[in-house]
This record gives sequence, structure tokens and C-alpha cells, in this order.
Amino acid sequence: MARITLDKVAHSYIANPQDETDYALRLIDNIWDDGGAYALLGPSGCGKTTLLNIISGLLAPSDGRVLFDGKDVTNLPPEKRNIAQVFQFPVLYDTMTVFDNLAFPLKNRGFSKEDAKKRVLEVADILDLTDSLYKKAAGLSADAKQKISLGRGLVRRDVAAILFDEPLTVIDPHLKWQLRCKLKEVHEQLKLTLLYVTHDQVEALTFADKVIVMYEGAIVQIGTPQELFENPSHKFVGYFIGSPGMNFLPCKIDGNRAFINGSSIQIDDRTAKLGENIKDNLEIGIRPLYLEVHAEQVENSIPVAVKSIEDQGSYKIATVRLSGNLLRARLHEKSVIPSEQAWVRFPEDWIRLFHNDKLLTLQSND
Amino acid sequence: MDKWKDNKAWFLVIPVFILVAFSAIIPLMTVVNYSVQDIFGPDNRLFVGTEWFKEVLSDTRLHDALGRQLLFSGLVLLIEMPLGILIALMMPKKGWASSLSLVLIALPLLIPWNVIGTIWIIFTRPDIGLLGAAINGMGVAFDHTNSAGQAWITLMLMEVWHWTPLVALLAFAGLRSIPEAYFQAAKIDGASTWATFWYIQLPKMRGVLTIALLLRFMDSFLIYAEPFVLTGGGPGNSTTFLSIYLVKIAVGQFDLGPAAAFSLIYNLIVLLFCFSLYQVLLNVGKGEKTS
Repeated sequence: MARITLDKVAHSYIANPQDETDYALRLIDNIWDDGGAYALLGPSGCGKTTLLNIISGLLAPSDGRVLFDGKDVTNLPPEKRNIAQVFQFPVLYDTMTVFDNLAFPLKNRGFSKEDAKKRVLEVADILDLTDSLYKKAAGLSADAKQKISLGRGLVRRDVAAILFDEPLTVIDPHLKWQLRCKLKEVHEQLKLTLLYVTHDQVEALTFADKVIVMYEGAIVQIGTPQELFENPSHKFVGYFIGSPGMNFLPCKIDGNRAFINGSSIQIDDRTAKLGENIKDNLEIGIRPLYLEVHAEQVENSIPVAVKSIEDQGSYKIATVRLSGNLLRARLHEKSVIPSEQAWVRFPEDWIRLFHNDKLLTLQSND
Repeated sequence: MDKWKDNKAWFLVIPVFILVAFSAIIPLMTVVNYSVQDIFGPDNRLFVGTEWFKEVLSDTRLHDALGRQLLFSGLVLLIEMPLGILIALMMPKKGWASSLSLVLIALPLLIPWNVIGTIWIIFTRPDIGLLGAAINGMGVAFDHTNSAGQAWITLMLMEVWHWTPLVALLAFAGLRSIPEAYFQAAKIDGASTWATFWYIQLPKMRGVLTIALLLRFMDSFLIYAEPFVLTGGGPGNSTTFLSIYLVKIAVGQFDLGPAAAFSLIYNLIVLLFCFSLYQVLLNVGKGEKTS
């Protein structure tokens, strides 16, 4: 188990990178705590797998150092790093039994047969694989195969961290949940450092204590699921997390009112102070969950044209037009909205201001 | 639903029937026809039943030819399969070097069989051949037209040179199709190069290697042009393989009846061996282990 430090790590797949766009991974400087469950979340091609491979040692970074517990491992090959990795598709030794698969990393490291057996039985017990231990691994279902891949990491007691590269991609939806719970359980039981790469926000938010959101080769925010949801530090995080993503409206602040193309809404003192001196590239952001839509005019509400209402089963998504901007609101399934005109209200607590795509906070304004 | 009384869809199958009839069934039945008759002339024939089969099966020269054939195929497979896999493992995996080595390795496959024989005749001639003269120059008497052992060595060398590329190409294709994650996992698990080969590469190549083995078995078992050109079946009968012996009977002695019976038996042997090989390979490592 280990604390992972990324010291000014950057990587380019091009031999002589000229500018920032040549880098698959731009400068990353970070420390991940021992025993934490981290999720690397981002769209395809954002560099998350590159980062994972740098940590596991399958890839040497172009610049910077990787440290495990303060020890420089940048130039160590994967087998010397005590890292385990679970891949997108189950990677198994087809000709071996489940038992032999699990014992393989121990066998390669010269463990005695008895020690290996003892450890394999322990791990099989944790992963509920005891019943199929002596079956051929090739014949099992995808979720059992992924458990074996995970097990090959767990059998090594000295394992520093377990890395997951979108491990649930090939698992049936109803089993995904089970396997994810198993992962959490394993994490709580063994207190391992887990790093989980995914582009699925639900997976990331349910699995991890801390989510690392990546975009175009850079980390845009690290935070708890709640922080990412309530205070996305970058517009990208706002879009990417939440379903549907955050609403953004270009605006200008004047006193305690924000003007959006002619309409204006009431804002609180804190928000007013944040935006008072900024002239351009200022936007209001609000989560669809917090945007209220009313059938009749209420205090501080402004009229909007209703464009569509989608019934999602347990909730409804209303799309409304406010002075040329489309807004989405997530509503209770029982709420009744007129099909043409409605009134929206922006609760002052949930209004966020973004300048040049970045969240304005009291600290950042200092 | 009611069944159609006169289902015209059956007519759609007719072209295939005709094609298969002309390409396989009719020629095969002709052979069967010959194999049960003694033919003296165009209008003079006699039904002899299984007589030719009995004669052929008790022909000691045929037994010898079959033994030689099995030994030859077995040796050739034992050399070509591991060698082909080894070459595939050593080939560059990407870039221009990979393309170049693919082309170079494939070259022997593009040469017609009888030309191969001619090339090797010249190549191994003791007086002017590059190889033959070189070996003789080193003080070893080498002449494949005189020594049965040297004729075998020459034939095997030629066969290995000609066909190992096929095994190598198939094995290479099999290797390239293994997802990178397997090698990454093996690295992380601390597997040695040998363990990676034995537990990942070899099992993943099983499909293509089965095809390679069957192709190589059939081809080497049916070998004709190369020994015909290089040694003519000699010296003595030392390189008279099944097909060479068959042609001697059919063309040399014009014994169509025994030749036809021989052909059918030959065919059955090939089928039998291929079927058993395939079954064995299909089930290798598939049995459920219980302990």
C-alpha cells in the first residue's frame, strides 16, 4: 500500500513534442493518499489511460517522476512496482484453472506452494470464487473473469495499488452494480489504494472517495462527488457531471442583479461581489436539479418559453428557452408544466459564476 | 402454417448440386468405377469387386512408401512447426522492418513446386551447386543422387525452406491478434518470457497453428513435384513417397484399377489423419480439471 506522488509528470507519444497539443498528458503534479479510492473520470482520449499506464509502469513518462511512498519508481518496470492492474477486457490465462490463475503472480515470485495456496484461498473467499477454484478460467462468465483479474492483484500482500482501466465495460448492466459493490467491499476490507479509470460518471461517483476529472490531458478538478456536483471548478466539470449537465448563461452583473440578454435575475451579495468587476466572458451556471420551473409566476421568477418536456420515469426534464438560451431543469415526476409558457426561478444559493470557463470563488477572486 | 405442396425453392439448390457433382462426385465416382473393374481396352472390361483393394493393401512396396511418407511428414512437421513459431516470435512487430521481413519470408511460397525442385537440383549439385560444392569443398562427400540419407536431407531441407514461411506467417498473424493487455498483465504478474509464451502466446495461437499443422500435414503427405524433380524417387526407392508410387502404377504401368483403389485408400488415410489431428488439437487443454 502506498501514497502515490506524481511529480511534474507529462507525457507525449510524439518524439519531439513542440507545443501543448502534442502532449497526451500535460503537466500533472499530484499526491494520492495511501488507502484512498480514486476515480479518474473523463471522456475518451483525455489521457486517463495514459496516466494509469504511467503509474503502473507500462509507460515511461516523457517528463517528471512517479514516487510510491517517496521512493522514485519512474524507471522501474511494472513487475518491480508492486502494482496490480485490471483491464477493460478480462485478461486471463485461458489454459489454467481459476486457482492457477490466482496463484500465477505468486508462483512467478517464487512463493512456496503452501504459502501460495493459503493466500489464494483467502482471496478466493473474499471474491466469492471458492466454488469455481478448480474450473478452467476460460469457461466462466465475464464478471467472474474480472474478479479473477482483480484477484491476481489481491493475492500479492505487498501490492502498492490496484489500478482499474474501465473494468466494467463488458459486464452486463445488472451485474455491474454487484461487482462495484464487491470492489467497495474489498476496498473497505483491505484498505488498498485503488485507482479507477472510467468515463462513466455514475461508476466514478459511486466508487470513489475522490474523483479526479480529466480533460484534454490535464486534471481539471479533484474532489468528492458532492464538491464536483455543487462547485464544479471548470465549465467542463459542470457539463460532464450530472445528467443533464449544468446550464450556462452569459451574463453581466450590476448590483444585485444579473442581466441575461435583457432578462434579469436576483442574485445574493456573495455572488454579486464575485462578479462585480468582471466585464466579459462571465457566465451563470446552475444545475438542472436546482432550477425551479413553475406553472405560475412566483417571487423572483422570470417567464420562459417551454420547448419540451421529457418524462424519464422517476423524473422529468424540461427544456425551456430564456432570451435565446436553452435551459434544462430536472423536475419531480408529478410536477405539471404548461406546454407553452412557464416561470423559472434561480435559487440564489445555487447560482455559480464562471469567468473564462473557471468557477469564481471567494479565494480565486482575492 | 401449412406446408407448401410443391416447393419450388428446391430448384434454387440445383446449381450447387450440378457444380458439386462435376467438381467432386463424378470424378470420385469415376475413380470408384475404375477401382472395381479390370480394364483391358475401351470396350473390354471385367468387374473384379474388391480384388484391387486386396492387392494394393497387401503390396509391400506400398507399405514401404506409406512408412516413408509418414516418417517424412512427421519429421517435416516436427521441424517446421517450432521453427515457424520461433521465426514469428523473432519477427519485428511493426514499422517498415515488419513489412520487409514479411515479404522476404513469403518469397519461397511464391515459387512453383517444380521450379523449387529445379532450383535445389542446381543448388546442391556437387560440381557447380553453391551448397553441394561448398559441402564437398569442406571435405564431406555430398551427392544426393547417390546416398539415400543425403537425398532425404536435401528433400527435407528443401521442404523446410519452402514451407516454414507458411507456418511463420500464420503464427505471426496469430501473435499479432493477441491484445496488448495480455502482455501488460503478464508483465505485472511478473511472468518470465517463457511463461508468457507458454501461457499466453501459445494458447492464443492454437487456432492458427491447428490450421498450419493440418495444411502442412496434407501438403507434405501429398508431396509429389519436388521429389519427382529432385530425385525421381531415388536413389533406389528411398524417396518414393505415396504419390510418386501412385503415379508409377497409374502412368508408368497403366494399371488403372490398382491405381484407382490406391487413390481411394490414399484419400481415406489423409482424411483419417486430418480428422484425428483436428480432434486432438480441438480438445488439447480443454478438459475440466477436478481435484
